[in-house]
Amino acid sequence: MELNGGSVVAMIGKDCVAIASDLRLGNQAVGVASNFDKVFPVNDKLYYGLPGLATDVYTLKEHLRFRVNMYRMKEEREITPKTFTHLVSSTLYEKRFGPFFIEPVVAGLPTATELDPHPKPFISTMDTIGCITTPKDFAVAGTAQDKLYGVAEGLWEPDLEPEDLFETISQTLLNAVDRDALSGWGAVVHIITHKEVITRTLRARMD
Amino acid sequence: MNSVLTQIQPSNPHSRLEGEDEFEQYTDSASWGSMAGFGNLNRTGGVMGMDVPRVSNPSAFLDMHTDNMSANPDAKIKIAHGTTTLAFRFKGGIIVAVDSRATAGSYIASGTVKKVIEINKFLLGTMAGGAADCQYWETYLGMQCRLYELRNKERISVAAASKILSNIVYQYKGMGLSMGTMVCGWDKTGPCIFYVDDDGQRLKGDLFSVGSGSTFAYGVLDQGYKWDLTDEEAQELGRRSIVAAGHRDAYSGNTCNLFHVKQEGWDFIGNYDINELWYEYENKKKADRESATAAPAAAASPIAVDQ
Repeated sequence: MELNGGSVVAMIGKDCVAIASDLRLGNQAVGVASNFDKVFPVNDKLYYGLPGLATDVYTLKEHLRFRVNMYRMKEEREITPKTFTHLVSSTLYEKRFGPFFIEPVVAGLPTATELDPHPKPFISTMDTIGCITTPKDFAVAGTAQDKLYGVAEGLWEPDLEPEDLFETISQTLLNAVDRDALSGWGAVVHIITHKEVITRTLRARMD
Repeated sequence: MNSVLTQIQPSNPHSRLEGEDEFEQYTDSASWGSMAGFGNLNRTGGVMGMDVPRVSNPSAFLDMHTDNMSANPDAKIKIAHGTTTLAFRFKGGIIVAVDSRATAGSYIASGTVKKVIEINKFLLGTMAGGAADCQYWETYLGMQCRLYELRNKERISVAAASKILSNIVYQYKGMGLSMGTMVCGWDKTGPCIFYVDDDGQRLKGDLFSVGSGSTFAYGVLDQGYKWDLTDEEAQELGRRSIVAAGHRDAYSGNTCNLFHVKQEGWDFIGNYDINELWYEYENKKKADRESATAAPAAAASPIAVDQ
C-alpha cells in the first residue's frame, strides 16, 4: 500500500451512490504520475475502486473483467453489486497465502426486479484477502484510510441528493488526502444515479 | 563542600552520565539566571552534556523506539522529518528558501512549519531532519553568538558561528541527533554559507540543498544558477526550486518561505502557497506552448518564401 500510495472512498445517498479516488501513482516518496485512475466501471450502475499496489490494480482489474464477462455470457444478464462483491471476495481469497495488496471498494445501484422492486443503494469494501463489510453510510480504503474515516464521519449525513452527495464526497476526499503524503495529485468523482453517471475531475492540491 | 569542589573543577561534558547529585543540577546559577531553559549549560555557558537513557547503548535504545532516519520505520514514536531546504550565494547576497511541511510517517502533521531559524539579524539557519534538534541547537547558537558579540565587541563570522554548531553536534555524535542545516549570513568576508550536519560534517559552499526533496530542488537550481543573477531572478529561482520539490516529493510541500540575506542583514521576502504557484507555472507553461505553436508558423513562412 505504501509503495504506490492512493485512496478510494464510496458513499451512499438518496437513490444514488458515489465513488471517488485520488490520481497519484508514486514510487515511495517520489510522485510518478497524476493520472492513475483507481476506479473502474463494471456497467453503468456499478463501479469499483482498487487502491493498493499498482501492479495488482491492473492484474485484478483484468481478472475481474474476464470473470464478469463470463458471468454475463452464462447468465445473460448484468451482475448485481452484491454478487460482484462476492465475486471480488472469492477472487481475493484464492490468493489467501500470497494476497493481492489491494483493498477494494464497490459502489452500485441494484436494478429493480420482481422479487425486490425497491432495492437500496449498495456499497461494500474488503480487506486484502476478501473479508466483506457492507456499510450503510460510507466505505474508505487506501493510505489515507484513517484520515478519510475522520472527515467522512464528520461530513456524511443520510439521504443526500446527487449534487449534495457530490459535494460531500469531494470535500471528504480532498481534505483527507491533504493530510496524507502518499495520496492526492488530483481526484476523480463518479456519481451513480438511475438516470446517468456523472464523472468529474477535481482541482486538487499538487504537492 | 561538594559545591566548592565542582566550582574549581573544570567542566566535564560527560559528568551527567556519571550520575551527579540531583540537587547540584538545580542549584547551578546557569539553570536560573538568563540561561533558564538551557539547564544543560554550566556557569560559563559551556555545554555540560544532557541526560541520556541509562542503558549500555543510548543510540540503539533511541533507534528502537523512534523512526529516526528510517532505521526502524515501524517504531511508535515518529519524529517529524521530510523537508526541502536550499540556500545559494550570488551577486546580490544569499537566497534561502524552504518548504513548510512536517510529516510523521505518511501523516502530514503540519503545513505551516517555520524551517528557517532566525539566529540573529545577520544569521539564518535552516531546518532539516529532527525539528526539535535544529530548533534547540540553533537557538542555542544564537545565544552563543550574542555572548561572542558582547565579549569581543564585534559580530561573529559565519565560519565561527557554524563551527560552534558543528562542534556541539560532534560532541553528541552517534547518539541519535538528526540535523542537516545551512548556516547563512553576511560577515566581514561577505555572504557565506556553511552546511553543518549531525555527523559533524561542516562544508563551505556556494549552493546547497538539504532534505528528502533536495534532489528535485538541485535539478531546477543547477539549470538556472549563475553568479550574476539579479535579486528578482535569484528569488524566483529559489521559489521555483522549492515548488518543483514540493510537487514531486511526498514529504515536502504546502508553503514556501523565502529569505534574502544582504549586507544590512536578512530580509523576509514572503510566504507562498506551493500549490497555487504550481498551477501558476503550469498555466504559464501551457500559454507558452500555445504561443510557440502559433509563432513558428508565422516566423517560418518568410524563410520558406526565401527558398
